[in-house]
Amino acid sequence: MKHIKTLTTRNLTESVKKGGCGECQTSCQSACKTSCTVGNQKCEQISK
Amino acid sequence: MVHQYKNNGYNMVLDVNSGSVHVLDDYSYDILPAVEAALQPEAGLLVRKSGETTSKAIEDADINELTLAVSNYVMSNAKKCAGDKIKEDITTDLDSLKEEEVKELVSEFLELGLAGSLFAEDLYRDYIFDFKNRQTVVKALCLHIAHDCNLACKYCFAEEGEYHGRRALMSLEVGKKALDFLVANSGSRVNLEVDFFGGEPLLNWDVVKELVKYGRSLEEKNNKKFRFTLTTNGVLLNDEIMEFANKEMANVVLSLDGRKEVNDKMRPFRGGQGSYDVIVPKFQKVAESREQNNYYVRGTFTRYNTDFAKDVLHYADLGFKQISMEPVVALPTEDYAIREEDIPEILEQYDILAKELIARKKAGKGVNFFHFMIDLEGGPCVAKRLSGCGSGTEYLAVTPWGDFYPCHQFVGNEKFLLGNVDTGIVNSDVVGEFKQCNVYAKEECKDCFARFYCSGGCAANAYNFQGNILGTYDIGCQMQRKRIECAIMMKAALDE
Ligand code: SF4
Ligand code: SF4
Repeated sequence: MKHIKTLTTRNLTESVKKGGCGECQTSCQSACKTSCTVGNQKCEQISK
Repeated sequence: MVHQYKNNGYNMVLDVNSGSVHVLDDYSYDILPAVEAALQPEAGLLVRKSGETTSKAIEDADINELTLAVSNYVMSNAKKCAGDKIKEDITTDLDSLKEEEVKELVSEFLELGLAGSLFAEDLYRDYIFDFKNRQTVVKALCLHIAHDCNLACKYCFAEEGEYHGRRALMSLEVGKKALDFLVANSGSRVNLEVDFFGGEPLLNWDVVKELVKYGRSLEEKNNKKFRFTLTTNGVLLNDEIMEFANKEMANVVLSLDGRKEVNDKMRPFRGGQGSYDVIVPKFQKVAESREQNNYYVRGTFTRYNTDFAKDVLHYADLGFKQISMEPVVALPTEDYAIREEDIPEILEQYDILAKELIARKKAGKGVNFFHFMIDLEGGPCVAKRLSGCGSGTEYLAVTPWGDFYPCHQFVGNEKFLLGNVDTGIVNSDVVGEFKQCNVYAKEECKDCFARFYCSGGCAANAYNFQGNILGTYDIGCQMQRKRIECAIMMKAALDE
């Protein structure tokens, strides 16, 4: 019996290798302007 | 680091360092703390060579032996470990576990460990070291086009647009110099962001239009692309402005605080009349003309509307699809500031909102709530997640007379004056401090499960509450963690 269901996620450890290009949006600029949230930002590498 | 929580009937597990998310049944949820403890170096069950990851160590181990050893550990320690970690959430009788079942479960957990999606370690701490000496480029500017406003919002950090200073409009000349500065200091970065902000930028609309034109003229020869955005209170919106914005602005932020009575209390005209009836029809028109994309209707909640879930749903009922609602940033001495005692209600509101948004989505009436948006599959890389909001390094605010500050929240605080459009950045000490802003530089963040989603929080909040940009703002953290828990739970709920 399966007790665990795993959702599809981007592996963060892998992203260290390719990431850091810096093309993505600046956090506060995107919509909120009073607090910082990055989990909801898009990666420019993936969306291309 | 494994974060476990229950929300809306789901047993959620976030493997913090890999970013993996699992949904567990009650039984495995209660046993997981003991499995996690069994794999710690102190337990001595999993042999790790120096620098080896859990995944690699499991691969190298004799899997049958390891499964047995961990199962035995779980049999004798399940209750204590669960008691330490998940406390009142325990639902299974951990005194009478069956060995065969435990073994089966342990091997399921070890498989995930082997795959790197559970018990992953933090490999990024060393990486951050380079971060301190990193070369940063400026990617984004917040142009304070007008330090003046036609509303008199109660909580305005700009103090009715004046930012503790004089009323002023940015001249075209200053604006052009700011754009030149951005192009010159953005290195090889192609996408440049410029927000027209205020006060109220529509009070200086001609300059906005000219600056867009000027920006476009710089693009090709410098291999840059401007993403212009506009933040407005809507009072002066008209067809001409909408048309221009739809052509040139990548995003438009429309300020509205939710229900009429809430909005009109906090966002009155200078004479005291409410603004709701004037702005709502205009905002609806903007949203429709942008095909319900690339805009946000954005509000602020204060201790006067701690039942803000109603305001968010009110936006949805008005037909808005892109919604953002933020806790107010205010000194604790203000009557509308959120206090510690408001927290339980606020956290409950996020739960209520999450449930309602799931129901609406399932009914085909979904809306995007900015703070519940998490992209698990395509979110940012770790470098981005660690490096904070970018204020003072990648992101600068420019005053109408051309002074640079780390961000719009610091404008007017002379300690943070960084330079101006003529001299460039001269206060490199302050920039250096902002460069160090990352989750490993902040005590509270190091062990916080939210660190890769929050990125260390808002430097301005930290400064307001702790007098130090490397601090954290506890009330904000509690809300942040809750939002992330809700957002991840929603993924599980919508995955069914
Ligand atoms: S929630 Fe608070 S402690 Fe956690 S990462 Fe964000 S700022 Fe740091
Ligand atoms: S310090 Fe706060 S307000 Fe300023 S850019 Fe960062 S998150 Fe935004």
